[in-house]
Parts: sequence; structure tokens; C-alpha cells
Amino acid sequence: MDPRSVPIMNSELLIRTPEGIAFSLPLAGPLARCLAWAIDSILIIALILCTVLLLSLFGWAAPDFVQALIALAVFAVQIGYGIAMEWRWRGQTLGKRALRLRVMDVQGLKLQFSQVVLRNLLRAVDFLPSFYLVGGAACVLNRRYQRFGDLAANTVVVSLPRLAQPDLDQLLAGQFNSLCEHPHLAARLRQKTSPGEAAVVLNALLRREQLEPGARIELFAELARHFRALVEFPPESVESVGDEQYLRNVVDVLYRSRATRVFRLNQPTTLETAVRFSSSDSRPA
Amino acid sequence: MILDLEKFLAAERPRWKELEFQLTRIESDGNRQVPLAEIRRFHYLYERASSDLAKITTFAAEPETRRYLEALVSRAYAEIHETRERAHRFAPIHWFLVTFPRVFRRHLQAFLATVFITLAGVGFGAFATAFDPDSRRVTMPFGHDQTTPSDRVQREVSSGGAAGGGSVGFSTQLMTHNTQVSILTMALGMTCGVGTLISLFYNGVILGAIGFDYIQDGQGRFLAGWLLPHGSIEIPAILIAGQAGLVLGVTILGRGAAVPLRARLRAVTPDLVTLIGGVAILLIWAGLVEGLFSQYHEPMLPYSVKIAFGLVELTALVWFLTWFGRRRDQRETNGS
Repeated sequence: MDPRSVPIMNSELLIRTPEGIAFSLPLAGPLARCLAWAIDSILIIALILCTVLLLSLFGWAAPDFVQALIALAVFAVQIGYGIAMEWRWRGQTLGKRALRLRVMDVQGLKLQFSQVVLRNLLRAVDFLPSFYLVGGAACVLNRRYQRFGDLAANTVVVSLPRLAQPDLDQLLAGQFNSLCEHPHLAARLRQKTSPGEAAVVLNALLRREQLEPGARIELFAELARHFRALVEFPPESVESVGDEQYLRNVVDVLYRSRATRVFRLNQPTTLETAVRFSSSDSRPA
Repeated sequence: MILDLEKFLAAERPRWKELEFQLTRIESDGNRQVPLAEIRRFHYLYERASSDLAKITTFAAEPETRRYLEALVSRAYAEIHETRERAHRFAPIHWFLVTFPRVFRRHLQAFLATVFITLAGVGFGAFATAFDPDSRRVTMPFGHDQTTPSDRVQREVSSGGAAGGGSVGFSTQLMTHNTQVSILTMALGMTCGVGTLISLFYNGVILGAIGFDYIQDGQGRFLAGWLLPHGSIEIPAILIAGQAGLVLGVTILGRGAAVPLRARLRAVTPDLVTLIGGVAILLIWAGLVEGLFSQYHEPMLPYSVKIAFGLVELTALVWFLTWFGRRRDQRETNGS
């Protein structure tokens, strides 16, 4: 197996770069691919119908020539749609774009024209006996969800994550953080907290809107209990603070240094502008 | 250690923006000549972003920034580590006149195998027609089993070839149909070449059965005049599609190969696309000839002319596939 690309689980492809960096690409499952194909099929049919209708208008002038043009157009759309779109849009068709999917080289390298052509031509086998039964079965059985065309062309279809801006201001504590009134205890908290623990509380806060109300209260209570036990702050600093706010304060202490915080208090607008990703940053690869 | 996210983002974001800008430029025009200083800067930015990704994964686990950096690093990685030869600009004439015949010769053994298996099919078809007349129903599609060659020749000659002949629309249908058959023949190579072999053998059986039927009925001259003008290009084109299928099948089997399957497929993919592209060009020609020339018969068009035309085409095709691009082959051999 090539060491540069290792499937770490069914839904992800891990690429290891020679620089020692690893990044994962979420693979698109059979259902998402099927939906993208359905969208593309509708578009192809619509395109063919429009072309036939348009060319038929000139049928009275040269019926034989128009018949030839129709046959050519239908063939070109059937064979060329996937090739042209995936080459022009770097691995995406309209259906894939709608579902945020992209064809990629299996080693994370640049998609070559020959790969695009081959994976699209091999639809002839994947489509057999009808409605992509062979390709669909191959896709389900393959750990990278590859159909035969993907296997031959060394490609995979990945899901593109939505890249939202990391909104630290919304996540971290507001202007006042009662824990910061005790710098020595805050420093101890930073010292005692492992990166893993910090990641857990950060992710819990990031995903809080996805939690059921009851589960959210329970989770934050448990996390707050853990961090309260880790370092004990004076009661007057924490007793009037709810569990979720307490955790926000903890994350603020862990992820924002004192220098940054002081700077932020003095220059809020500048820093806000600096840390936020513009909407263009959130465009996928 | 836990990363000070806000400070980290403020410090690194300008470089990420710069890398993103450079990536967008490179991706939008892959043929642009990039100055060395810019390449160095691009490499530096890639390494810096990679390092940032490692830092944020280890010390912060902030998912949004990590996903953003992963997307950025993966794009830059694809540009930097791609080492496969890339054509500067696609030159269709050079590709067809030089690349295609060279690729054909590179995989000559596979082509000879397709010729052999097709000839085996032809022999089988002829044998079956000779000794088992009932086999006509299986070996002769397109209504050939419903009529005798003499009747068909009589009908064709009396209509002057008007039954579908002399039509651009008919030519186009033939082209597209044959191209689809060729693509399927190549694609069946994914069955380790077994599907391709079956397809070629079956084509051979049909050819042998119909050919023997016409010869047995004393219509060999008509058959040659009917088949040769387009068949001298069409049949080799289907064989080349079979050659591509066998190349794919042999690559998958990889008997005795020291490199893994993925590397083998990566190496052979451009050749497969070249072969099938060349086949499409040949089939366009064959379709035009079949639609506009082959369907006309005597007295409108003497069979001798049609046969001579077919033989000239076949000779030209053999000459083209054998000699075109040779000079480049020799240059590379001398160079190596």
C-alpha cells in the first residue's frame, strides 16, 4: 500500500505528506453520490431535450443534417458532460457541486485530464446491467467508496466540509471574565489542563446548539464539575456563574493569553477584523 | 501546552491568505510561467501552513480552523507534489499523428492478442455456419439470419443503396454507436480483460458467420465491396479499443509486476485515454465512409473501386500506425 494515502476509516482518507503532516478528506458515501448522479441525470436529460427541440425547429430545412446534429449532440452530452464539467470545475459536476462533492486523486495529487476521461468512460461498465448496479455494488463494497471508474483512474469522491469562520468572540467569554481576576489560579488552570481536556470543552461549546436542552445542561454540568475540581477559584468569583458561562470563562483562559486579552480590551475592532475569516476564506478547496 | 488561538490566528492568517491567493492563481492558469522566487515563496507558505496545521491539531483542536487549514494544505500539496508529466497545451494534431501511433506500438502485443482472438472468433463463426445452419439465429444479428445473401444483394442493388445509405444522419448514428461499442470494449478490461476478450471473440464470430454465408452464396465480391471501405478502418479501430481493454486487464492482473496496482494504473491511464481517443477519430472516418460511400453498389459504384478504396485505406492505416512518430522514438532511444 502506498504510504502516502491510508484509509483510516470507512468515511475518511488520510493523506500523509512527505513533510510529516497528515490531513483527512471525508469520503462521499454511496447515497450522496447517487443523489449527485440523479441531479446530473436530470440535467443531462433536460439538456438533451432542449437540444433536440431547438434543432428540430430547423428540421424542415435539412432533415438529414438536423438528424445528424441531434445524434451528435445527444452523444456529446452523454459522454462529454461529466468529462467537461469535471475538468472545467476541477472534479465537480453540477450535481456534485450541489451536494458539495468533488472528485480527487486518491493520493491527494492534482487531478489529471486522463483520469477525468477514464473515470467517465468506465461508466460504461459501472452502469451495467442498468442504473449503475455494478458501479453501485463496487462502491458499497469498496472501503473508499470507489466504483470501477474510480479504481481504474485512481480517484475518489470526497465531501467538502462547510468552512465557517471560527467565531472566537461568540465562543469565548465576553468583556469580563471573573476567573481572570485571579491570574495565579488562571495560570494554574492552564498548567493543569491537558490539550485533550481543552479540546473537549472547546468542542462542547462549539456544538452546543446541536445538543438537546437536557443533554446540554447535563454535559455542561459535568464538564464544569470537572474543571471546578481541577482548580478551585474563590467562591465569590464563580458562585453566581452558571455552568456554561463558567466553561466559556475556562476556554477564554485556556485559549486566549493575557496579553491578547488586554490588547483586545483596548482594540476590539482591530482584533475582531484580524481574527475573523472573510466570507471568501470559507470557500472550500 | 495549549495554543493561544486568537494570537495564533492573527499572526498566521496573512500568510494563509497569501497562500490562498497564490493557489487561486496557479489553479486558474496551470500553464503560467512562475518565477523561481515566487515558487520558493509558495513552497515556504505551504510548509508554514502545514506547520500551522500540525500545531492546531496538536495544541488546539479547534475544528473550524483545522478544517480550513486542511483544505488549504491539501490544495497546496496537490500543486507541489504532482510530479506527473503534464502537456503544456493540448495539441490535437501532434497527439493524433505522433502520440497515438507511438502508444499503439508500445502496446503492440496486446493488439496482436486482439487480432488473434478476433480471428479465432471468425474461424468459429465460419465453422458454425458451415456445419450447423441453425446457429445462424445466434451468430447473425441485424436480420441477416432472416434472408439469404443473394436476396439481400438483389435488394441492395435494386435500391441503389438507398436503404439508409448516402445519409449524413445515418453516418452519425453509425459513428456514435461504434464509439459506444468501442468504449464498452475498453471498459470491459476492468474484468481483468475477460469481458474484452469475450466481446472481441463474439465480434469475430459475427464477422466469420456473415462472411462465410456470403462467400458460400457466391457473394464474396459484393461483401468485399460492401465491407472494405469502412471495415478496413472500423474493424482495426474496434481491435485498438480491445487493445486498450487488454492493456487495462493486464495492468490489473499485474503478473510479475514489482509495483503496486495503483502505481501501475497511474502509469497506464494516459495510454488508455490516447488509445480510445484515437479510436474515436478512426470511427468518425469509418462512419462517414460507411454512411456516404459503402452503401452505394453497382452499377452506381463499381465493386472494384470500393475494394481498391478499402485496400488503400487499410494500407494507409498500417503505414500510419507503423511509421508515424518513429523519429521521436529514435530520438528518445538515442537520448537514453
